[in-house]
Amino acid sequence: MAGAVGGGKSVSGVYRPVRPWLLLPSWLVIGFFLLVPVGIMLVYSFLTKEFRGGVIWDFSLAAYDQFVFDRGIFGDDPPSIEWTYITIIARSVIQAAIATLVCLIIGFPTAFFIATRPPETRTIWLFLVTVPYWVNLLIRTMSMKFLIRDNGPLNEGLMALGVISEPLPLVNTDLAVQLGLFYSYLPFMVLPIYAAVERYNFALSEAAADLYADRWTILRRVVLPAVGPGIAAGCILVFVPSLGAFLAPDLLGGAKNWMIGSLIEDQFKGAAGNWPFGAAASMILLTMVLIALFFYARSQSREKT
Amino acid sequence: MGLDSPDSSTAAETRLSNPAISVRNVVKRYGSVTALKGASLEIADNEFFTLLGPSGCGKTTLLRLIAGFEDITEGEIRLFGDEIASLPPNRRPVNTVFQQYALFPHMTVAENVAFGLICLKHPKAEIEPRVNAMLDLVKLGAYAGRKPSQLSGGQQQRVALARAMAPGPKVLLLDEPLSALDLKLRQAMRVELKQLQQDTGITFVFVTHDQEEALTMSDRIAIMSDGEIQQTGSAHDIYENPVNRFVADFIGETNLLDVQVEMVDGSTCQCRLPGGVMVEAKSSGQATAGKSGHVSIRPERVAITASGTGLIEGTIERQIYLGTDTQHLIRLDDGTLITARAQNAHQATVDLSPGDRAGISIDPGAVRLLID
Repeated sequence: MAGAVGGGKSVSGVYRPVRPWLLLPSWLVIGFFLLVPVGIMLVYSFLTKEFRGGVIWDFSLAAYDQFVFDRGIFGDDPPSIEWTYITIIARSVIQAAIATLVCLIIGFPTAFFIATRPPETRTIWLFLVTVPYWVNLLIRTMSMKFLIRDNGPLNEGLMALGVISEPLPLVNTDLAVQLGLFYSYLPFMVLPIYAAVERYNFALSEAAADLYADRWTILRRVVLPAVGPGIAAGCILVFVPSLGAFLAPDLLGGAKNWMIGSLIEDQFKGAAGNWPFGAAASMILLTMVLIALFFYARSQSREKT
Repeated sequence: MGLDSPDSSTAAETRLSNPAISVRNVVKRYGSVTALKGASLEIADNEFFTLLGPSGCGKTTLLRLIAGFEDITEGEIRLFGDEIASLPPNRRPVNTVFQQYALFPHMTVAENVAFGLICLKHPKAEIEPRVNAMLDLVKLGAYAGRKPSQLSGGQQQRVALARAMAPGPKVLLLDEPLSALDLKLRQAMRVELKQLQQDTGITFVFVTHDQEEALTMSDRIAIMSDGEIQQTGSAHDIYENPVNRFVADFIGETNLLDVQVEMVDGSTCQCRLPGGVMVEAKSSGQATAGKSGHVSIRPERVAITASGTGLIEGTIERQIYLGTDTQHLIRLDDGTLITARAQNAHQATVDLSPGDRAGISIDPGAVRLLID
């Protein structure tokens, strides 16, 4: 954030003036590589599609229309709702929400554990959390597929132990996508919560226990309000990329378990080749992200007052 | 230090009929480190009791064991006769004022004070008047709706007090509650705390490293060092009759002189100072003739006289003017340095300057033989 870079005291204690031009490279990068492409996408979403990619410069609402409505071949029937894409969006939101919840359930105790270790060992634990990031996301997602497929180690192992007689059909299910999602983004949950718990003053827990609070009351009324901003940041950092993820649904979910990211990818790179429709889907995704961020910002500002 | 004699003797002296808190042979080990080496003490009901000692002496550990934030390794802790060492902190009817207050930052002052009452499931109709009464008691009635961050350090301190006293504990534990305040406020709070303790009749167990704090407020003080209770007694007791070298040195200033015990007669003994002069000393422990030891003589009990008229002779090395009194540093002929403190209100009977020879006289009854 821009504010964090502003003036203040240097290490030597000598006051240095604010130098706004230090942010110039960042602003250029964000402006050129983020705002311009998003602007192009916004414009494209209102244009007419060219077959096999590209756009014709004619204003059209066809892309948005296609997203929501299904017209008869002859166009005479009254429009009816087209559920395909709405289902994909709903699935995306649900999958992202579940991934966020699973990450929270696993990440919160993990972060709490790390933050309560002696300072010298915390770094080691944090380092271990980031280890999966040394491997490319594509390779990690493919590995997950190898792990859970019919003749993969998981099914073979369970069969060898006699727990199951038939391989569990895991690949190409929402569950497989979910595995890929939460596994990919778990560290994004752990790190901000860790930062919040590390700053947490554990004397507050002692004070609450001293004032007759049981463990559950301490967690709910003292710990959670204090580390809430960290939890909110972690949830946003998992929810937003999960919502637009396309590798996990593509590789682990198959055609029936698409999320919005897979849909967009298909419009630009895949068989569909409908650029305005892909652009419109991107705008819808962006709008959902902005809504999530709005709620996040509101929760943060409420925290401060 | 003598391991057993000071401990067992003080514990025996302070055996009370119905103590608010009784700590018996409490040991606390953290791995290989022993923070408390068998502490025993009894605290009377309605008493302002202070645990005093340098940092790392185990005083905060003892307080945290009473509060229940840590488990004892050995021993027992009783609250009005009931064993509490096995209870979690939320089941012990004692409350704590924390060093950095530990106020809940997301709650208002009133919500902080109400927290304990809510956890105890007091009826709502009782909580509000109780919170208001507590806030009035600490003169913060107007601040009920503020957040702790909007208060000054002194005000936060009062909220912490009100919060800890709201559930009506029999015993209030205070962990260096004044150390974060500036000097003026600290001095004012000492008087207020003592007043509060007397008005409410709650037993206060107060932890501090500041001897002035301990001396001004406490009914009794336990001096701790190195995980052990060195001496328990009133401020007067501890200052006038220190049992060992640590206590004599830690409380106030003192002159510690090497002596040879020549003759013992009950609690009085004759000791030979390094220069060969004999002095009479009182001993609070078991003195043995023929052994060497230390005597403690408070500087205000030492006077300088004209050369040749004192008990011992020396040379004035420095004179330090301290406003109410003047401190004279005198080097004895055998090399020992003695401090004498004289009030400036008295017209000096002798007018001496650094470098002059001077005699030293010692108040009869001011010499303590220390068993250590």
